[in-house]
Amino acid sequence: MRSLIDILDLSVDEIASLIRTADDIIANPAKYAEKCRGKKLATLFFEPSTRTRLSFEAAMYELGGHVIGFSEAMSSSAAKGESIADTVRTVSCYADIIAMRHPKEGAPLVASRKSWVPVINAGDGGHNHPTQTLADLLTIHREKGRFSGLTVGLCGDLKFGRTVHSLISALSRYEDVRFVLISPDELVLPDYIKTDVLQRGGFSFYETTDLEAAMPELDILYMTRVQRERFFNEADYIRLKDSYILTPEKLVNAKQDLAIMHPLPRVGEITGAVDDDPRACYFKQVLYGKYMRMALILMLLEVA
Amino acid sequence: MIIDSIKNGIVIDHIKAGRSMELYNLLHLDRLKCSVAIIKNAPSEKMGRKDIIKIDEELSVDLDVLGYIDPGATVNIIRDGVLVEKRHLELPEQVENVIFCKNPRCIVTSEREIPHIFRLTNRERGVYRCIYCDTAGKRSEEE
Repeated sequence: MRSLIDILDLSVDEIASLIRTADDIIANPAKYAEKCRGKKLATLFFEPSTRTRLSFEAAMYELGGHVIGFSEAMSSSAAKGESIADTVRTVSCYADIIAMRHPKEGAPLVASRKSWVPVINAGDGGHNHPTQTLADLLTIHREKGRFSGLTVGLCGDLKFGRTVHSLISALSRYEDVRFVLISPDELVLPDYIKTDVLQRGGFSFYETTDLEAAMPELDILYMTRVQRERFFNEADYIRLKDSYILTPEKLVNAKQDLAIMHPLPRVGEITGAVDDDPRACYFKQVLYGKYMRMALILMLLEVA
Repeated sequence: MIIDSIKNGIVIDHIKAGRSMELYNLLHLDRLKCSVAIIKNAPSEKMGRKDIIKIDEELSVDLDVLGYIDPGATVNIIRDGVLVEKRHLELPEQVENVIFCKNPRCIVTSEREIPHIFRLTNRERGVYRCIYCDTAGKRSEEE
């Protein structure tokens, strides 16, 4: 029995297989409409997350399955002080697969060690969010047809952004990926990711604060939100957030086939005017997230 | 200083000077009924100064704990007064309840029954990370 806690739990071959399945679901949705008939997904959301929960629920419904669960801790037995182990064993008696979001880092790993059914990490605090990374990978693959040889710009909060860390880890298993790390000095990528992942893997990368200067060389631009709560000084926040608002003007020197991505929700870091640019992929990313979750559910349930 | 040699037991040698008490505590040697000798600051050609622990009973020592605390130490098994086995240690792949996660956002800080497990992620630099939240745990010599 397999679970998915960290994106690196999946081999490169397994990710390729998930992408093939997702592509086939997109091409032939009717073929998959009854694959999970009689199966139940439990969505255990100990903190609210409308976007991810709805994506999982839509994924299971489109596979012909059913969904049970809760969407905040107060409506679960956790409010009475029940341990994760007891909750997950109980739910294992009702459901065939579990998607769990929890504010504490590592909670889904604890659950997977006690559960009798597969557990999918749907986000554990600021730590891991592997199905977002699967959505990112499918988006890149569908836009570019490959992972190797790409120049990937990551922009915004690279220090606390879990989606950025997971995406770097996932892409670091492909050859000749080049990373451009665009962030204010206060929010640079943590040293251990630079040393343990990028330098150890021999990847080419550089850090810059200048988004427009880096723009012409990028194949992918992955925007993230600069979060106000990370700054001690309000003036610094206002100065820095303005430098990372993506506008059509900043895209003038970008490649014609650039893919602009964002894990969403955005709070002003990409202006609405960019949405009309054919290079904007962030809503496709949401859709692809659902297809990758469908592919993942099929893989973990071992449904052919 | 003369310490009697042991007939059946274990000698933990080449302990970095000053670390023997930490090992004594972590290996729970205080619970033993047999003689335990701790020799501190013994002269050593290789190390300058070293600590040695002699345990007058053959017992199973948690080599993972020992390897984590002092990977340079050696474990000598003595039977009938003869050295029958010499084990060199290395950093273990994983330790349980030896390093404790201090990340307040980690699940182990809110559910007390969950064991604190750290995994070796960089052998050259001796970096261990919490398996739940990936926070780096400091080896005691770094603290």
